[in-house]
Amino acid sequence: MSSAPRTATERTKLPYCHESFHNLQELRHSASLANKVFIQRDYTDGTVCKFQTKFPSELESRIERTLFEDTVKMLNNYYAEAEKIGGQSYLEGCLACLTIYLIFLCIETRYEKVLKKISRYIQEQNEKVYAPRGLLITDPIERGMRVIEISVYEDRGSSGSSSGSSTTSSGR
Amino acid sequence: MKNREYQQIDPQALATPTPTPPPRPLPEHKPRRARRRWEVFPGKNRFYCDGRMIVARQSGVLPLTLGLILLTSGLFFIFDCPFLVKHLTSCIPAIGGVLFVFVIISLLQTSFTDPGILPRATPEEAADIEKQIDNPTGSSSSYRPPPRTKEVVINQQVVKLKYCFTCKIFRPPRTSHCSLCDNCVERFDHHCPWVGNCVGKRNYRFFYTFIVSLSFLTAFIFGCVTTHLALRSQGGNGLVFALQASPASALELVVCFFSVWSILGLSGFHTYLVATNLTTNEDIKGSWSGKSGNEDVGNPYSYNSIIKNCCSVLCGPMPPSLIDRRGFVPSDDSVQTSPVEIELPAAKNDINMCTQGTKGLLETASRSPLLTSSCPQAKPQAVLEPLPEIVPEPPKTPHKHHSHHRSKAKQSTHHTPKTSNSSPRPHHSHSSRRKDSKNRDPKFSSLR
Repeated sequence: MSSAPRTATERTKLPYCHESFHNLQELRHSASLANKVFIQRDYTDGTVCKFQTKFPSELESRIERTLFEDTVKMLNNYYAEAEKIGGQSYLEGCLACLTIYLIFLCIETRYEKVLKKISRYIQEQNEKVYAPRGLLITDPIERGMRVIEISVYEDRGSSGSSSGSSTTSSGR
Repeated sequence: MKNREYQQIDPQALATPTPTPPPRPLPEHKPRRARRRWEVFPGKNRFYCDGRMIVARQSGVLPLTLGLILLTSGLFFIFDCPFLVKHLTSCIPAIGGVLFVFVIISLLQTSFTDPGILPRATPEEAADIEKQIDNPTGSSSSYRPPPRTKEVVINQQVVKLKYCFTCKIFRPPRTSHCSLCDNCVERFDHHCPWVGNCVGKRNYRFFYTFIVSLSFLTAFIFGCVTTHLALRSQGGNGLVFALQASPASALELVVCFFSVWSILGLSGFHTYLVATNLTTNEDIKGSWSGKSGNEDVGNPYSYNSIIKNCCSVLCGPMPPSLIDRRGFVPSDDSVQTSPVEIELPAAKNDINMCTQGTKGLLETASRSPLLTSSCPQAKPQAVLEPLPEIVPEPPKTPHKHHSHHRSKAKQSTHHTPKTSNSSPRPHHSHSSRRKDSKNRDPKFSSLR
């Protein structure tokens, strides 16, 4: 992942940065939700959890393509790690079978551990990369692992022309 | 406005015949306590222990299953074990006990675990999917919109993903909508009335453990009871004397004799499914058997190795539950979400949603971001306005439910009741089409 700018002055130098959004709290208080972009699942590898890396056109003016693709690829890697069928998962499965799966009530499975890692990663990405650009990623687990929901915020102070156009296009 | 009256049923509206009910908050908004998500869950499920356990709404046959197992095992331990311990070995109750514990625990886990229910789409998500669906001709001329499908290529196989009108999503591969539970379930196998729940991705391994251990248990009890009666009738006493001395054994013999064939058959069938990485649903529909004459069709999800298939199905990682049962409904969304979810029971009956209704959803989703949070009262009105266009139609059998009906009908061949081997196939498929009004019929028809 490319290094995100750490200081406020560095952030304002970003091409897509809205100067008013410095952190997540400011985003929630001073911005209004303009649009939501949904990244759908990629089923070409079967039923494993994988999201499409195609860059949506609505985000073209908001974030660099490489940053977005890096985020999605990283998430796909995490999900692949969670669902990997290998030595450790077999051991976990056999042990669970012997204990009539009661062990799932006691210990945290590897999948749950990876999900926690994913949520920490998304939080970090939101703070460093997406909130400065007026975007917010919702953890896919909150949407049934069907989509990555990216909320696009507009500064309340700025004109609502871009948000108006997006809603009129969706209103049809 | 029909739907508004349906929602806001209050004594004032009923007493005075006013066409528009007074603009007051919905009754749901009255209690101020935070509600958990299971309380507003749109599917037909029941929850226990504050959302920790989930079952299908009709769990009618589960008590029968439990009762039969407990009764037969109880009689075995009380009447047969003492004799067998005295004459044979004390390992018999030990083995029986272990098998019994396996059966009960795996049955309860199958019944009370979320099978892999997919949560329904949020309004914004549904609107986004609507935008992407290219339907230029529209459905103004046709009575119901054409079934929406999307094609993906998985492992060089073309797989069609169908759109679920109830959940408003394109179903992932191997996902099917259960009409009894009114949920889309991942890796849907079948809805099992004996366990009172769907069998899907998350509880298939519990179900398999249950039927395998049950087949061992019934075979074990059958063998032990036969041995017991044989030992008793030795020495010229005869079988009648043995049965008179231990009448409980006769009951156990009858139950086990009729169960062991069906349960063993079912275990064998599911072992085949596990080895080929198929679901009951796919096997019955013949999705990958090349019934259309296409030689290239094969199961794209199979690893082409029996061991790897078995390991991935039974020993694979345990996926998490996607429905958040115990989380709290956000208080600022409760006004917004409850109208939409109250609409769902009315819309649930109407499987073939009019395009007007979904367009209304589009307007809702596009309108909601613009409403500021300072005006929550306005939101229900805005949400309600486009939705009255949904006209509840008499329930029809949609295309997507055919597979489920067939799977239920076919499943009765494997789930032959313990007391008789009757095949209630025609009744099954007809009764299961009557969706909400006659919920109990499907399970009773399986016993006929």
